[in-house]
Amino acid sequence: MPGPSRLAELLRDGRFVVTAELTSTNSADPEATWRLAEVLRGSVDAVNCTDNTGAHVHMSSLAAAHLLVEKGIEPIMQLTVRDRNRLALQADLLGAAALGVRNIVLMSGDDVTVGDHPEARRIYDIDSMQLIEVAAGMRDRGTYLSGRTLDQAPSFFIGAVENPFAPPLEFRPLRLQKKVRAGADFIQTQLVFDVPLFARFMSMVGDLGLTDKVFIIPSIGIPRSARGARFMREKVPGLHVPDSLVDRLEKTPPARQSQEGIQIAVELLNAVRQIPGVAGVHLIGIKWEEGVVQVAEAAGLLPRPTLSPLATVGGSR
Amino acid sequence: MRVLERLVVAVEKPLKEAVWDCRMCGQCILHSTGLSCPMRCPKNLRNGPCGGVRANGNCEVYPDKRCVWVEAWEGSRRMPVFKDHIEHLQKPVDWQLQGTSSWINLVSGRDHEAPKGWEGHARS
Repeated sequence: MPGPSRLAELLRDGRFVVTAELTSTNSADPEATWRLAEVLRGSVDAVNCTDNTGAHVHMSSLAAAHLLVEKGIEPIMQLTVRDRNRLALQADLLGAAALGVRNIVLMSGDDVTVGDHPEARRIYDIDSMQLIEVAAGMRDRGTYLSGRTLDQAPSFFIGAVENPFAPPLEFRPLRLQKKVRAGADFIQTQLVFDVPLFARFMSMVGDLGLTDKVFIIPSIGIPRSARGARFMREKVPGLHVPDSLVDRLEKTPPARQSQEGIQIAVELLNAVRQIPGVAGVHLIGIKWEEGVVQVAEAAGLLPRPTLSPLATVGGSR
Repeated sequence: MRVLERLVVAVEKPLKEAVWDCRMCGQCILHSTGLSCPMRCPKNLRNGPCGGVRANGNCEVYPDKRCVWVEAWEGSRRMPVFKDHIEHLQKPVDWQLQGTSSWINLVSGRDHEAPKGWEGHARS
């Protein structure tokens, strides 16, 4: 049985962590997932497995996370309350724990109307805040929401998300506080493009005393092309991509746009790193694992630390 | 359904539908949500807005409608009492109460019953 969360140990040790999002696959062949994950091996501390991202069906995050565990790459399993009721959510959480998944990130999820099954029934039996409390209850009290006792409690490192850029802006830090009170150990934010607005959010979060209670990991997007940046601006819910960023890529010759995208990501990363309370970065390459590695390299974040006696992701066990 | 409950629902439902676009969840928390009914949120979120709220404050799902939680936040700021109740952790919805009278459930204490494994109130 795999040990505790390495991500948790790094963060508690005060290391600046790097996580990344793995492109979800549509293949019954596990090699498809492993090929993408291998690109990230050694360049990040843990890898997010998304749960029907953008409300499009893909292989389950639970299965992807387990495939990573098998290869010694530490997963962060995302779980939304969009597609499952409270029974299925708890069943999957316990199953994930048994399969070696230690890090989870719990969220509402993009609405079905933006996905490939817009006619689907959305579930939302419980909300993301309540799911955090449920997962914490399974871990800390060893019970299901019903009160029934687990034979063995899971040892989750519980993550949640926040979008510092979506209205109501003044409520966002208080909502984060609610998540921390519910049991969140770490937060991965929506993609940061507006650094001053993010700094303002972090200062409000700091005023609430939350930076001492929760590890906050902002997300950095790596645009691969002007087209990709336009897509993010127009199609992804809750994402506020500034026109100046799209313009900058559009003015770059197509052959050099991906390099410009790396440069943009590195600039954003270096800017958010300076903000007090930032515990690491989450890199989102959007079907571009190589971009993640290039950004980590260019930002001077390689090699990733080794935490004895545990090895770096993918290192020897 | 008992006769008394049917009579109360006959008054409560049209009144609250007219004023708050109430969805008769039977466990009203309007005082904690700035008098903006959270069951109108397409995701039924009772603890705050999702991350999909548009820059103009409109809903991710219905681009022409104001986000229920943007209204809740603004409403809560205007309230003379219960202002900080928007920070309370709300327990999961009891879907068995759908369509029943929240007034009766409030008086009987039925709407305060949480699942046995729920201890959210202890921390909030």
